[in-house]
Amino acid sequence: MAVIAEPVAVQLKRSSLWSRAFESRNFLGAMFMVPAIAILILFLAYPLALGFWLGMTDTKIGGVGRFIGFQNFVSLSKDSVFWLSVFNTIFYTVFASIVKFAIGLYLALLLNERLPFKSMVRAIVLLPFVVPTVLSAIAFWWIYDSQFSIISWVLIKAGLITSYIEFLGEPWNARWSVVLANIWRGVPFVAITLLAGLQTISPSLYEAANLDGATNLQRFRHITLPMLSPIIAVVMTFSVLMTFTDFQLIYTITRGGPINATHLMATLSFQRAITGGNLGEGAAISNAMIPFLVAAILLSFFGLQRSRWQQGGRD
Amino acid sequence: MTTMEDQSVGMDYLESFPKKFLRVYLPLGLIIVFLLFPFYWMAVTTFKPDAEMYDYEKYNPFLIAHPTLEHIKKLFFDTDYPLWMWNTVIVSVSSTFISLFASVCAAYAIERLRYTGSRYVGLAIFLGYLVPPSILFIPLAAIVFQLGLFDGNLALILTYPTFLIPFCTWLLMGYFRTIPYELEECALIDGATRLQILVKITLPLSLPGVISAGIFAFTLSWNEFIYALTFISSSENKTIPVGAITELVNGDVYHWGALMAAALTGSVPVVILYSFFVEYYVSAMTGAVKE
Repeated sequence: MAVIAEPVAVQLKRSSLWSRAFESRNFLGAMFMVPAIAILILFLAYPLALGFWLGMTDTKIGGVGRFIGFQNFVSLSKDSVFWLSVFNTIFYTVFASIVKFAIGLYLALLLNERLPFKSMVRAIVLLPFVVPTVLSAIAFWWIYDSQFSIISWVLIKAGLITSYIEFLGEPWNARWSVVLANIWRGVPFVAITLLAGLQTISPSLYEAANLDGATNLQRFRHITLPMLSPIIAVVMTFSVLMTFTDFQLIYTITRGGPINATHLMATLSFQRAITGGNLGEGAAISNAMIPFLVAAILLSFFGLQRSRWQQGGRD
Repeated sequence: MTTMEDQSVGMDYLESFPKKFLRVYLPLGLIIVFLLFPFYWMAVTTFKPDAEMYDYEKYNPFLIAHPTLEHIKKLFFDTDYPLWMWNTVIVSVSSTFISLFASVCAAYAIERLRYTGSRYVGLAIFLGYLVPPSILFIPLAAIVFQLGLFDGNLALILTYPTFLIPFCTWLLMGYFRTIPYELEECALIDGATRLQILVKITLPLSLPGVISAGIFAFTLSWNEFIYALTFISSSENKTIPVGAITELVNGDVYHWGALMAAALTGSVPVVILYSFFVEYYVSAMTGAVKE
């Protein structure tokens, strides 16, 4: 070691402060972080803080606002449209997430079977996730058209209904319609990630269960589900976050209508802030989403901890 | 891709075809029809003349009697669609490259240099991914306006990395972790600088990761909507999703043919890119979630 160490020491003494700094991991690390950190602080952290501040001001577009404390929140708490948007957001998130999970898990189990053209099937399944949401939402908008809906046409031909359905003209129809579009968009993501989880489960577990005479249902209940639960928690947290803060689908298909029946908190905050010009009020509405998001993240985090603890603290 | 290989062994070769058909193929087929139908409907509407599109009595709506390119022609020659496409390409390519550069540097520093506090910085960057654009767009609009970037491509090129960098960094950290330390140590002893190591050893070895991060970043920025809707106002500066939604609808008259043509042609580039790299895409997506 001494043979190697000596020339290094000599070199270090000779080198300038600058080149010595480049030997330091901390200095180099900081330099490498500059591009990412600069962008994230300027366009992510700072706006996040600015959003909190804006929510407590009466800023209008093109003007300077003044601090009004919690007044925006007080007036929102008396605003029936705001509460309707909270209800819609929860309704949309709960139903879309449950069905996405159910179909996604089922599809993952089907894709995990021995299938011909397996990778092609997987590629096709993922398509709705890849295609721009707004563009596929336009297709749904056309599918739900009041006069030329293909769903209505098929149902009439099948003799199930007699007149065209007002998919987007009636509040509850509209709510279910956007939920369906969201499910269509979200199933591939859930299915493909759960499939990846399924494939990490060792086949020997199933073979052992087979030898013990376990039924299909028992194998699913006692092997698949427990082994899959960590990835289920991660996928569903993402799915709930994306659904809760969704904007594109609603804005494209209904713009919050009819009579605010499908307004989510995100679309309402856009309407108040950008279309209506009340930046402060809009920011307050989007800030009101944060407690829900934090709750969703904490819930899945503690859920994960708990399942790890139950499995004997592995990982 | 090792994890995605066929591991379904066991005794299912004993299952008869009719039984397997009912249990697997039929439900799978129904779900695939459900997932693909909107694309089919998009395509059918795009190539159908108006006369057929609005007449379900005389024509079967599922088929096209006289295919036409009039909607695509209208879209490309009577609207700003080519400009929107150009903007979308510029914005997606630029923000992808900015994000890849920043993410490669950050992931390398966090994962390989392991400077003091790198774990916490890594965690903080990951948390950035959980901040949804629908919370950020209002304050960002104020910032974009103050910086004088409003209504220009630069507003999007600089803001898209906020959701691309956290994702790409996270993905690349996973890839860098798989490269053995010994390789870097040897190079260090041979007198290579950290930058040389990154460019000549780490990057080539993690190329699949860099490619999938790039594809993800590109498709995510191609899909982005809320920032583009908020920060851009003139037609010639819009991106495809925003242009299609705001410019192709005249009052209450919806040009369904042109709208569907825009939806179809706007989806094609990402679908082509995706189909070339589908294996990377799937493995990256599943790998990233499994971390």
